[in-house]
Order: sequence, then C-alpha cells, then structure tokens
Amino acid sequence: MLQVATESRVEADDAVRGSHLAAFRCMLRARLLDDKFAALYRSNKIHGGVFLGRGQEALSAATGLSLNKTDVFAPLIRDAAGRLAFGETVLDAVRTYLGSALGPMRGRDGNVHRGNPRAGLLPMISHLGAMVSVVNGMLFARRLKKITGTVGAASLGEGATSTGAFHEALNQAAVEKLPLILVVANNQYAYSTPTTRQFACDDLADKASGYGVQSHSVDGTDLTACLATLSSAVARARAGHGPQLVVAQLLRLCGHGEHDDASYIDPKLKNSALGYDCLKLAREVLIRQKWADHTKIGLWQAEAVHEIETAVAQVQREPAPDPFSENWTALSTEHLIEGNE
Amino acid sequence: MSLTYVEAICEAQAHALRDDPRVFIYGQDVGAFGGAFKATKNLAKEFPGRVVDAPISEDAIIGLAIGAAIEGMRPIVEMQFADFAVCGFNQIVNHAATLFWRTTVPCPITVRLPFGGTSGAGPFHSQTPETIYAHYPGLIVLTPATVEDAYTMLLEAVAIDDPVIFCEHKLLYRHLKAEKLPTEALPIGKARIARVGRDLTIVAYSAMVQDALEAAAELATEGWEIEIVDLRSVKPLDTDTVIASVARTGKLLCVGEAWPWGGVTAEVIARVMSEGFGLLDAPPQRLNAKDTPVPFHPNLWAAHRPTVRSIGAAARKILRY
Repeated sequence: MLQVATESRVEADDAVRGSHLAAFRCMLRARLLDDKFAALYRSNKIHGGVFLGRGQEALSAATGLSLNKTDVFAPLIRDAAGRLAFGETVLDAVRTYLGSALGPMRGRDGNVHRGNPRAGLLPMISHLGAMVSVVNGMLFARRLKKITGTVGAASLGEGATSTGAFHEALNQAAVEKLPLILVVANNQYAYSTPTTRQFACDDLADKASGYGVQSHSVDGTDLTACLATLSSAVARARAGHGPQLVVAQLLRLCGHGEHDDASYIDPKLKNSALGYDCLKLAREVLIRQKWADHTKIGLWQAEAVHEIETAVAQVQREPAPDPFSENWTALSTEHLIEGNE
Repeated sequence: MSLTYVEAICEAQAHALRDDPRVFIYGQDVGAFGGAFKATKNLAKEFPGRVVDAPISEDAIIGLAIGAAIEGMRPIVEMQFADFAVCGFNQIVNHAATLFWRTTVPCPITVRLPFGGTSGAGPFHSQTPETIYAHYPGLIVLTPATVEDAYTMLLEAVAIDDPVIFCEHKLLYRHLKAEKLPTEALPIGKARIARVGRDLTIVAYSAMVQDALEAAAELATEGWEIEIVDLRSVKPLDTDTVIASVARTGKLLCVGEAWPWGGVTAEVIARVMSEGFGLLDAPPQRLNAKDTPVPFHPNLWAAHRPTVRSIGAAARKILRY
C-alpha cells in the first residue's frame, strides 16, 4: 500500500515537474518572440499594431498546455505562450506579423488575428467576445457528431466580460452544458480603462453563479497555481460538468499595443504583488525546485532566440502579397461570384 | 394537395435534414413549438436532437452556427424576425462573412430571416434589411418571391458553402400557394422573367414581385405590356437578365419594399445606367418604401410601402415619358 502511494506520488511529482518545464519553455519562447516583434515594430518593419503578452504568459501557457491537440482554443491578443503550447509555430506567428503571402492569413489579416480553424485554433475577430459562442458551436457540432472527450477554451480579458457577446455565450454554454473553459485574464486595464470603470462586482468569478457555471480564481502571476487551476478546470469540463469560468488576477506589463506607453497604469499596482513578472517567478521556482539551473535555462533561451531569428530571416525573404495576382473575392462558391459565370 | 410558401420552407428544411446528417436547425422557438410562423412545424419530432431551441441570444445563435460550420456542419438558423437579426449582426458581417476570405475555411450557414411588412406589425417586426447584408462582401442574399423558389432556393442555400441570408417574406407565408413542389429550378444567381412584355421593365424581388404582377395585369387592360424581372437573388445580382430586358423595353422601374436610401433598387439603376445607358428611352425610376420606420396602423402601413396602385402610377408616368 505504502509502496503504491509513494510510487504514485513520485509520478505526480514528475508530472508537476514536466508541466512546469513545458510551460516555462513556452513562456520564455513567447516572451522572446514578443520582444522580437516589439523590436521589429520600433524599426518600422511591421505594418499595423503589435500586441504583447508580457505578464500574462503563465496563465496563457497553462491554458494552452491544459488542452489536447484535438481540443479547441480561441486565444486572446496576449496569448503567444498559449498558442505555442497548443501547437502554433513561431513561423506562423512571424509570417502573420510580417504579412508574408505564405503565412496562414496570407496578408489578408495580420498580427494577432491568426489561426488555423482546421486545427482547432481560431483566428480572432477584433470583437473578442464573439469568439466564445463560436467555440460553443464547435463543441455543439462535435456533440451532434458524437465526438466525445474534447473541450474548448476561449480566452478573454476583463474588458470583454462587459460585452453582450460574453453574456450570451456563457449563458448558451451553460444551457447546452458544453465543455467550455472560459479563461478571463483580468489584467486590470482594458486598453486604458481601469476595472473600476469596467464592472462593479467584487470579483468577476462571482458572475459564474449567475450563469449556473463553476468558477475558479487564480493568481495569474503564479505558474504553479495557473497550471493546477487550468488542469482542474479542463478536467471538469472534459468530465461533463459543463462550462468552467477561470478568472486570473494579473497586471499587463506593457501597453495595450506597442504604440501605447501605458502611462495610465497606477504605480501602486505595478509595485503590488499583481505587478510581479510571472516569467521571473516561474524561473525562480524552477531553480528552487532544482528542475533546471541557470545554464539549462540559458541554453533554452539561446535555442528560442535562434528559432525566432531563423524564422524572421526566412520570412523577410518571403514574398509579400501581390495585389495584381490577389483573388479579390470573399466567396468560396465560384459560380456565385458576380461576373464569374 | 396545395402548399403555402411557409409550408414549402418547412418542407425544404425537412428535405435537407433527411438528406444530409450535417444539417441542423437552431433558433428561438423552433423546437417542439415549431417556430413563431410554424416554419419548423413537426421537425423537432421527426428529427430528434437536430431542431434545437435557442435562448434569446442572436449573437450567440449565429456564433454557434459559425462554430458548427467550421466543424463541417450545415446549420440553418432562424432569426424569428429579420428585425432581430441586427442583434447578431456582428457575427454575420464580421465573422461569418469574413471567415472563408481570412482562413480558406468555408462558412456554410443559412440564416433565415422572416422579413417584410405585414399590417399591424409595426416598426420592429416589419423590416426588409436585405440591402445592408448585400453590402457586405462574403454573403449571399436571397429573396424568393414564389412558393417554388422558397423551396428550391432554400435547399440550394443549405448546400452552398458560403453564408446565405435567406429573406422569406412574411406576407407571402400563407398568401401564396402552389399545387406541388418543383423538381427543377433556375440556379441561384439567375433572375427570372416573371411576365413577358415590351413597353416597360419592372425589376422587383420578394413580395414586390406579386404586387408588380398585379399592377402589370391592370396595365394590360390599358394596353401596356409590362415585363417583370424577379431578381430572386439580390446578391449575386443578375445584371445580364435585367439589361437584356431593358434592351427589349427601353424603360425601367425598380421596385423594392426597403427604404429608399441606397439599396437594391439603387444598385440595379446604377448598373443599368453604366452598362446599358444607350438602351434607355426614359430616365429609370425607383419606387421604395417611405424613409421612415415602418408604421403600425394599416392605413399608414399600406401607404408606407409600394402597392399595386403606386406601382401602377409610377409605371404610367414612365410609359408616358
């Protein structure tokens, strides 16, 4: 008996160690990728905006890692880590930001509006709350097709909880008892709007009971807590307990986009526990637990930088979309395109 | 056995559900109740689990349909009243309409809009919003005017890989009858010559085709031969059939139940002016609803939209030009 208990504990410890290492590496790659995009933005190499996930990587990586490849993931704009964890490549990210014709969005959409619906990764529209009911639809369709065991996660910020789409979709998921995990990153500001101007309830997690769904609150700066919370929420959804609302407290450690100096962020928040850098904290955990040392982490960093630099160098040589050869039609049905009979 | 326009719509959905396991219906009151207009009557019983009541959440209804379409399904959603579809507008125009263009993943959803005025329905149960959907790239907008078209076009809509806005006129639901369902039809994108004539072309769609036909019958007693083009589909718009008709008659009147600013009638005239200017013997004219919300009282409602009488009057003016 004792022997079995010890063995399973060792296995559990191994799993915890494994998920921390996997998450940390996604967080590190995401941070470095974001830094590269910021640098490219400052040197005018990127058209349009750049939106970073600085400070949100722990929650994001935990979300992506908690999912299987056959699940559905609708990320928010600060989810580079979760995307990598779910299986998006650095190359797809770079191609979309740099507008390569070879990228998944082919220059038709850019920056964070990328994805591959066929692989369960949804490319957001800017009205982010709208993604939730689309995840519901994918889960609903799978139920009709008798595909079982898959779940869908949608990431939102606290700002999106004020939209009608959030309300409609969470209620819909609850009515249909869909395996939805709705992850709200409360990063304290929706662009420049503080939470006091966004909602009046004490805790966003309280909203869950109004919809008849279960809620989970988590410190978004703490990777260990994020991994535990997300894995438990996903397991509950997968087991048929209906939608799960996860609310994480954290602070956006950057502007809304790289055009934004974030001067409105209250210094008190920056100096509070909310302002901790989740990547730094996760690194400390790895060192403290002796799951990795500085040399090892340095090696991972060098590998990530190499991967990113290689991708950027490749994409910068790739063709841009050509307006003369562009197929200027929004329809897939050829015979219904006017003048195309 | 005769069949009404709404029964044809119900029959087409039953046909689609029977033929294709990917089809399901989602909307408010569409389940056991059979829909506000009985357009899904008995379908929930015949197809258990595939005709599903939705909460009053147009945005989430369309969103769910988009997600299901991504998963390879072919959802039909009923918006109960076209006027309510604006609450799902974002999902329709920004999500469904852009999905294929952005991702190469098609979005085969059919959005049924019971639309158009009926007496006593008032400002929020009477609108004809086809124009606003036609304006957005990536959408197909259909406006069947006959029982036969309601049936065949809905079946075709479900089979189309792009999002379709299916505008079914509430006034036609129980007024129009056919003896049997058609076995063949014009393809979507082709307009139909609903009446042959040589003096004037009237272009109309949806319920206005029926009013235009009545007006043409009256004008025939005065010796005028009016040709009527039923657009069937406002997007794509069959410019060729319209221009060919104008080439025969030299005169054009466009009739629409929608509001006058911009819109389908304006689009038809713009195309004829630029592509068929030399064919015209008189300035082309349009007849639309008045530029106010749709009134409740029958006296006001009947004067708000084009009628057999106002179509006849507008036609005589052009004929005498």
